[in-house]
Amino acid sequence: MANAQSAMVGTRAARADLRPQWIAFGLMLAFFLVAPATGLYAVFLMKVMCFALFACAFNLLIGYGGLLSFGHAMFFGLASYASAHAAKVWGVTPELAILAGTAAATFLGVLVGLLAIRRQGIYFAMITLALAQMIYFFCVQAPFTGGEDGIQAVPRGRLFGLIDLSNVWAMYATVMVVFFGGFLLIFRVIHSPFGQVLKAIRENEQRAISLGYDTDRYKLLAFVLSAGLSGLAGATKALVFQLASLTDVHWTMSGEVVLMTLVGGLGTVFGPVVGAFVIVAMANYLAQLGAWVTVVQGAIFVICVLTFRRGIIGELGHWLRKPL
Amino acid sequence: MSETFILRTQDLTKEFKGFVAVRSVNLQVRGGEIHALIGPNGAGKTTCFNLLTHFLTPTAGRIFFKGRDITGASPAAIARMGLVRSFQISAVFPHLSVLENVRIALQRKRGASYDFWRSERVLEAHDPRARELIEAVGLAEYADAIAVELPYGRKRALEIATTLALEPEMMLLDEPTAGMTHEDVERISALIKRVAANRTVLMVEHNLSVVEHLSDRITVLARGEVIAEGDYVAVSRHPDVIQAYLGTAHA
Ligand SMILES: Nc1ncnc2c1ncn2[C@@H]1O[C@H](COP(=O)(O)OP(=O)(O)OP(=O)(O)O)[C@@H](O)[C@H]1O
Ligand SMILES: [Mg+2]
Repeated sequence: MANAQSAMVGTRAARADLRPQWIAFGLMLAFFLVAPATGLYAVFLMKVMCFALFACAFNLLIGYGGLLSFGHAMFFGLASYASAHAAKVWGVTPELAILAGTAAATFLGVLVGLLAIRRQGIYFAMITLALAQMIYFFCVQAPFTGGEDGIQAVPRGRLFGLIDLSNVWAMYATVMVVFFGGFLLIFRVIHSPFGQVLKAIRENEQRAISLGYDTDRYKLLAFVLSAGLSGLAGATKALVFQLASLTDVHWTMSGEVVLMTLVGGLGTVFGPVVGAFVIVAMANYLAQLGAWVTVVQGAIFVICVLTFRRGIIGELGHWLRKPL
Repeated sequence: MSETFILRTQDLTKEFKGFVAVRSVNLQVRGGEIHALIGPNGAGKTTCFNLLTHFLTPTAGRIFFKGRDITGASPAAIARMGLVRSFQISAVFPHLSVLENVRIALQRKRGASYDFWRSERVLEAHDPRARELIEAVGLAEYADAIAVELPYGRKRALEIATTLALEPEMMLLDEPTAGMTHEDVERISALIKRVAANRTVLMVEHNLSVVEHLSDRITVLARGEVIAEGDYVAVSRHPDVIQAYLGTAHA
């Protein structure tokens, strides 16, 4: 302790000031604790948290690793099928179902990463999109996914065999733990020795190579972490809605996570959460508009690109001169 | 182990779609020396550096470093063996601080770089060494500045500090003084002289007074071929060298 204290004196200015981010974190935690009491539906909030985690995982890759994936739905969707299958067919407890989904997405992340990571820029985006389409067709064809119907009536089960998650507040608490756990892990990754190397690679990959870094391996690890966390989000979502369906693996889902991240603020810590909230809220509350939701989303996207390119949180952080 | 040449190439050749940028170059660099690679624009000097560090793959020929054939090794592996390059266009990590730039190199050397679950505070263990290096290149007062905001000459100094952090046995410097003010040139050449005391340096340099002042040995390249080799006096009197420099000056 005393050691850490003395080490801090010389390096205060050198280390990024994280206080604004911890304050924002406190606000976010308070929001999700209090929000159910304000009349917002628990299911809506759980959906926001699942997509927020998905968007944060996606943002880890593009915002901090500089890699644009156009196929992230494959991790989200495959995990949601794996988790639903484990809970319904194998009858395992929910935490194991979530684990199974996360493991499946992580494994897929390794395979896709090995194929894609050497490609640069648009080629990387294209190969992830192509592989995601293959996973989509696999999910359409495979017997265990239930085709067009998906896997329905997935039992939420008892957490650790004890806590019945059919109680909405038990489920809500579980989703909160998953979301905040995942969020903190991502936050830690960004501010870790590994995160520092990732930043260097994004800044100047040639230089990082010339210093002896096998940059492909670092990018692969970032990709696998992002895939696994996207899977965690998808696996949890399957239990919340007791459903895994083709929507989760469809390319539009990959597009939606890009949209959430851009609207909230690419490369910001909290942007993806705000972006997810905005997009999910729009989809929910504008549902009666039917197909027009897509048009409204498109319009918001255009406004975003034209007027506040940094995204909501990006602009706010810029205005406050604090990284958020 | 009785290898006198720390770096040696054998008929090194690079073709770009029929255009030969480097032709059958046999370069021999003695351990502990400052060796200059000079030649008119487009002679193939940077291409040579790219081949030596495998940023480009040679069309033909072999490269030996410390007696080992490194022709097929990856660029990162070559750097880890102790052959570290700089770039013609200054290469820093622009949005990291000066201290963080140097720490990136120290971190590679000392491990923990894949640790995504630990706090970046563990990197503070490298701070004392990083500050030493920063001071050695005259950047002490800029330690917490963001690299992109440094003036050009200081960026080059930072680049050298970062390279030195790896304690490489051999450094390749591509035009370390290009675009610098007179004072910066003096400071950088003094620095190169100092850091070359216990390592080998191969540098591309257009400033001939720097070349004269620093180098033990000079190789002259023109149109991809070695046209002369020797110390400054011998090389500067070589008719082909005079021809090559005048030739381009009048072109
Ligand atoms: N990637 C490439 N593709 C095609 N031609 C190239 C490539 N890189 C270099 N060349 C050509 O090879 C020749 C040698 O270029 P190089 O950059 O090695 O010269 P240089 O000696 O470093 O010159 P300078 O002093 O201007 O830096 C030039 O004619 C250049 O146009
Ligand atoms: Mg050059």
